Amino acid sequence: MTIADQSESEAPVNEGVAICVRDLRVRYGEREVLHGVTFNVKAGETLVILGGSGSGKSTLLRTLMGLEKPSGGEIWIRGKNLCCISAHDMAELRKKLGVSFQSGALFGSMTVGENVALPLREHTRLDDSTIEVMVRLKLEEVGLSGYEDYIPAQLSGGMKKRAAVARALAMDPEILFFDEPSAGLDPIIAAGIDDLILKLKKAFKMTIVVVTHELASAFLIADRMILVDKGNIIALGTVDELKSSQQPRVRQFLDRVPEPDVAEDEGFLDRLTEHLRL
Amino acid sequence: MARKKRRSAAYSQCLLAPRPEISLVSVPETVGQATIDGLAYLGDLTILTGRSLHAVAIAPFRGQRLRIERAIHQAMAVGVGAVPILSLISFFIGTILALQSAYELRRFGAMEFVASAVAISMTRELGPLMTAIVVIGRSGSAFAAEIGTMKVNEELDALQTMALDPVHFLVAPKFLAMALMLPCLTTWADFMGVLGGSAFGVAGAGFTFGSYIHATLSSLVLRDIITGLIKSVMFGMVITAVGCQEGLSTGLGAEQVGRSTTSAVVKSIFMVVLVDLVFTMLFYLTASHS
Repeated sequence: MTIADQSESEAPVNEGVAICVRDLRVRYGEREVLHGVTFNVKAGETLVILGGSGSGKSTLLRTLMGLEKPSGGEIWIRGKNLCCISAHDMAELRKKLGVSFQSGALFGSMTVGENVALPLREHTRLDDSTIEVMVRLKLEEVGLSGYEDYIPAQLSGGMKKRAAVARALAMDPEILFFDEPSAGLDPIIAAGIDDLILKLKKAFKMTIVVVTHELASAFLIADRMILVDKGNIIALGTVDELKSSQQPRVRQFLDRVPEPDVAEDEGFLDRLTEHLRL
Repeated sequence: MARKKRRSAAYSQCLLAPRPEISLVSVPETVGQATIDGLAYLGDLTILTGRSLHAVAIAPFRGQRLRIERAIHQAMAVGVGAVPILSLISFFIGTILALQSAYELRRFGAMEFVASAVAISMTRELGPLMTAIVVIGRSGSAFAAEIGTMKVNEELDALQTMALDPVHFLVAPKFLAMALMLPCLTTWADFMGVLGGSAFGVAGAGFTFGSYIHATLSSLVLRDIITGLIKSVMFGMVITAVGCQEGLSTGLGAEQVGRSTTSAVVKSIFMVVLVDLVFTMLFYLTASHS
């Protein structure tokens, strides 16, 4: 078990490390959401970032994907520091990253096939027939053969996520990011998505970073896990290490113990109206 | 019960708390803040326009793709789709202009100038302006809604993670389509307006259709048409910039998309009138100097 205070402190660029995060800080205006987060993602491993709502885990993922600008610290991916990377280098780097968003984020005006083909059309000089074959292959990999001509609105939640994974795989990425892959899905469909992640890991040996708050899913797919709480990493380790942790906050999360009920708190209303009475 | 009492006491305390007073100092502060916000918004529009023009006019010569097929698709939606309603509105505006000018000209026995009044008003001002207003209602709002919905659905983030710049991919084709289609639509609106004027001219002002068209052509100079078309290009760019900027700055949630759409329409109309004023002044000054 590695607690955040004792987290890795290797050199930023290290053999076998796909992503290296050092003292990462992110702010929204005056509010700091991540308070100096440090961890590594090893090449070929599946790292699951766990955390409650508002803990900062989605902000962490968005920052890793280059969608949020850090206010401090460093993120190294494939030897490039995201904090001071040029627009051209960032575009080149992004071609090696695949992202599956929580909502799927498929383009509603395009068919599933066109969605998957989009990165290939934009970034390669492949002819239409080759792209068509590749689209069919990618859709087959995620179990959506024959759905090329469907529009995203015609797909179920699980199918949308699969189609989003197919699009993320289009450019054969080295690193794949998943934002809440099982959120809003029934247990059977969610298990199917977990199965797909495991299959991808086995077949392509790619580095996978998953943000989730679904414990069962996390324990199944993770090689290592990070638990984020209030913008800090409070635990980092393998599944077994995390399961055996005795840290109170980790136990509360894993044992699904609810927060004290603030609505029944005597001072709750006073705290809410405090600024109005000043 | 005791807890309930304590809660209602806290509510009462909150309601009885002294409200902050509006002081005279806050008036210049509010005006100043509104000015800064307005200038920042103009800055955002300028940056978006600059980036789009770069994507359309410079980037293709540096090996980047210009998405012509997306621009054609937009041009069809913006241009061809607007023709029926624009025809009808322009025709009626032309008839109304003819009626309004005839109302006064009749008193002076100068009904032969009806055709000139309609032609000059339509080509210089009402053709471009009515076209812009129709396009704002149809396309400016649609741009804000489309891009706003894409933002809410994380599609803009998805574009970025695929190394696709949303301005190059979404905004630039719209700029190209609007800059090309607005002059075309304006020319059509001018024509329909003249046709509408001729309906009254023939029915109520003693013209034949041929003499009305002849009177129209002899009253117009090329400058009238060109100034109208230049304005229409500017209107097209303003409508695109405002619609897309409102879409890109949409907050989270479906409600925000509605707000962006409304805001795009209101701001576009204001900006179009402002640009119209500036260009009309410029044309007036350059005409009086020449």
